[in-house]
Amino acid sequence: MAVITGRTSNLIARLGRAGRGAHVSRPPAIIWLPATLVAVAVLLPLVYLVLRTLGVGGEIWELLFRARTFAILGRTVGLVIAVTGISIAISLPLAWLTARTDLPLQRMWSVLTVLPLVIPSYVAGFIVVAALGPRGMLQQLLAVPFGLERLPEIYGFPGATLTITMVTFPYVLITLQAAIRGLDPCLEEASRSLGHGPWDTFRRVTLPQLRPAIAAGALLVSLYTLHDFGAVSLLRYETFTWAIYLQYQTSFDRTAAAALSLILVVIAVVILFTEVRTRGRAQYHRSSVGGARPPACAQLGRWRWPAFGFCSLVVLLSLVMPMSILGYWLGRGVAAGEPFQVVWSSALNSGYVAALAALAIVVAALPVAILAVRYASRISSLLERATYIGFALPGIVIALALVFFGANYATPIYQTLGLLIFAYVILFLPQAIGAVRSSLLQVSPRVEEAARSLGSTSWQVLGRVTLPMIHRGILAGAALVFLTTLKELPATLILSPIGFKTLATSIWSATSEAFFARAAVPALLLILIASVPMAIIVTRERREQHD
Amino acid sequence: MYKRKWVFGLASLILAATLVLGACTPAAETTPKEQTLTVYSGRSEALVAPIIDQFSKSTGVKVQVRYGSTSEMAATILEEGKNSPADVFYAQDPGGLGAVEHLFTRIPDSIVSQVEPRFRSPEGKWVGISGRARVVVYNTQKLKEADLPDDIWDFTDPKWTGRIGWAPTNASFQAMVTAMRVLWGEDKTRQWLKGIQSNNPKVYPGNTQIVAAVGAGEVEVGFPNHYYLYTFLRDKGESFPVRNYYVRAGGPGAVILVAGAGILQTSKNKDAAQSFLGFLLSPAGQQYFASQTFEYPVIEGIITHRLLKPLSEIKSPDIEMAAMADLKGTLNLLREIGIVP
Repeated sequence: MAVITGRTSNLIARLGRAGRGAHVSRPPAIIWLPATLVAVAVLLPLVYLVLRTLGVGGEIWELLFRARTFAILGRTVGLVIAVTGISIAISLPLAWLTARTDLPLQRMWSVLTVLPLVIPSYVAGFIVVAALGPRGMLQQLLAVPFGLERLPEIYGFPGATLTITMVTFPYVLITLQAAIRGLDPCLEEASRSLGHGPWDTFRRVTLPQLRPAIAAGALLVSLYTLHDFGAVSLLRYETFTWAIYLQYQTSFDRTAAAALSLILVVIAVVILFTEVRTRGRAQYHRSSVGGARPPACAQLGRWRWPAFGFCSLVVLLSLVMPMSILGYWLGRGVAAGEPFQVVWSSALNSGYVAALAALAIVVAALPVAILAVRYASRISSLLERATYIGFALPGIVIALALVFFGANYATPIYQTLGLLIFAYVILFLPQAIGAVRSSLLQVSPRVEEAARSLGSTSWQVLGRVTLPMIHRGILAGAALVFLTTLKELPATLILSPIGFKTLATSIWSATSEAFFARAAVPALLLILIASVPMAIIVTRERREQHD
Repeated sequence: MYKRKWVFGLASLILAATLVLGACTPAAETTPKEQTLTVYSGRSEALVAPIIDQFSKSTGVKVQVRYGSTSEMAATILEEGKNSPADVFYAQDPGGLGAVEHLFTRIPDSIVSQVEPRFRSPEGKWVGISGRARVVVYNTQKLKEADLPDDIWDFTDPKWTGRIGWAPTNASFQAMVTAMRVLWGEDKTRQWLKGIQSNNPKVYPGNTQIVAAVGAGEVEVGFPNHYYLYTFLRDKGESFPVRNYYVRAGGPGAVILVAGAGILQTSKNKDAAQSFLGFLLSPAGQQYFASQTFEYPVIEGIITHRLLKPLSEIKSPDIEMAAMADLKGTLNLLREIGIVP
């Protein structure tokens, strides 16, 4: 039985036959075989971590069960909760405003609000310190009129929370936007016709339907927070990931790093389990043909300009501020006569490798998502969950795991683009799975059953029915992967073919020498490249809505 | 309509798969005669790429370089084990070299012996290539060298309150603290750190920012490495109001740190690797570091910057680089006092 929430399910049950559970049959080989392969492949880093940890004796327990470890645990969990909570609070209104209202400049907002995702956290960290540090630019601005000597300390929890939220809230936003666009307006109309007000309808009909999207986005945000290194190190907030990096940096200790990574895996498993619990066993697809038309556009009325102000504030903080500081650094560098050269080959490499990764990851995500949604069972859901582990681990851990396996057991492909793309699959697969999964949930399996009953083969059903119906999710997933691959650093540095340079590696090599002006050019270019697919997706959405 | 779209989609998927598989084939097939040297560099591209190019040009040996942080590159070499494609590991500090020392082969004496013993591994497994000195920078408009105290210790005096800039997360700063622990012991080092901390120093992300801040008069003194100043002098002219001061009393405040390199046992190009190290230590190579990165050459007879105090005149402490390995202890100390989290 589908249970969304007690009263809502009654409401939906009254509307149709949505209450009946899907038939769980045996999945065809074209689904389970690739899905299993993918899941096994992405678990390689886990094997590596266990191998590394088994290599030592009892001293590792001493390291793990120190009071310090628990302090780090507390800090990590605190950060995850804060970042995830704030991201949801920002994204829910943003997604609604940009998808379903008469907000002015709606199309522009839907592109701009997603772009902060492409700002690498190691750049965002520098920017936050420069702008909001005790004697940063904001203090300089306020010093003259208000005589402000110092701003409150940004380092530690507040700075880390701000920086990571700034670059991760679009995860929730993107999945939510896709879900809102895929909603069946009939449900809401029925609710209104049954006498519920707009707020009641939102709370009791719309919001429950958005729950899987919120959960999927929140999952990505929280796992991202677990693995982020740039922001926590620059803002000096010690989480597990920083502790892991410190093991490599200070004592070149791979064993302790592996043991700490395993704790991170345990935290990730807890988060994954929590997400399954919040998600529930509900179904979200239409029961009948549904209203194949765009949903009504809510009139904001006098809320128009406050809403506009809210969007402006978010974009100002998360995009305009970073870009203007980058521009300022650039200008200062030019004024100081720094030599600038735009390395187009790096830009080309970045775009090329990110596009390849997006394709590879979507192909890998499809069978896993279909298996988990259409053939729900303990095993299939375990398999899907397993693919999320890679996203919770620091990039350096994944990279070193692949160095170990690649150099010793797959020498011919070691340090080739192929292995690099494979690393991206392990790192970013969940981003695509989450998006595909949410859109798949909105498609009724009855349609596929109908196609099968009319004699279509599994391939035909996939190609002619399922894929076309979930193309929104596929595109959203591909875009997410594209954006995050653009900024990926540790795996790119360690696993790319030797001499292969990307925008991210150029930014890194400039910032590592504190040449901020030189970092500004590739960083701005990165944002520019990232905006291309976002603009395409948004315009496509519009065209389809108007068709 | 959908049908055509999905035929197109399928075609592009197949294309993508071919691209990915195609990407798996090694990029450059080199003929055995053409020698290619593979270097893993923990030093940044901006610093070392020009001299590596010079080596290629003068010897005809092609060099491929993988850049990363010293710790990432060391960990990568450890994971690769006997299958490492690297011939040479060029690290920013001796700690990184120490971590992979057991994988290095002995470097011939003819190369190693050119360098002072304190700047190389006792077993000849790695050799220092260039040195950087810890200094005090001061604003020449506010202070004269004579105003500066004899020892780095004396900056704990409360009269320096609000006048100091430092970068406690910087690796070279931490190496200096390690030197303090070796030379002064834990207690005195702790007192020094607490003393500076109570003088309310300004915290900067790195050495460049310290020198810039001293130049701008934001602080009067700072604790960076010596060579950052010379980039400013080159770009802004000699009127730039900052100079280096090598603490008169010597000790940890004047410690010399080296960047160095070693050759991996598994290298199949040991000859080329040796000639690479030989080149870096040759007068031409050393002159590059002296005049381009403004680091200290590790061999005699190199012309250095007019304003650079010769290595022989610095009262740097005699400290084995191997004794500097305990970075972990230093970080614990910095954390305990709350200087780094």
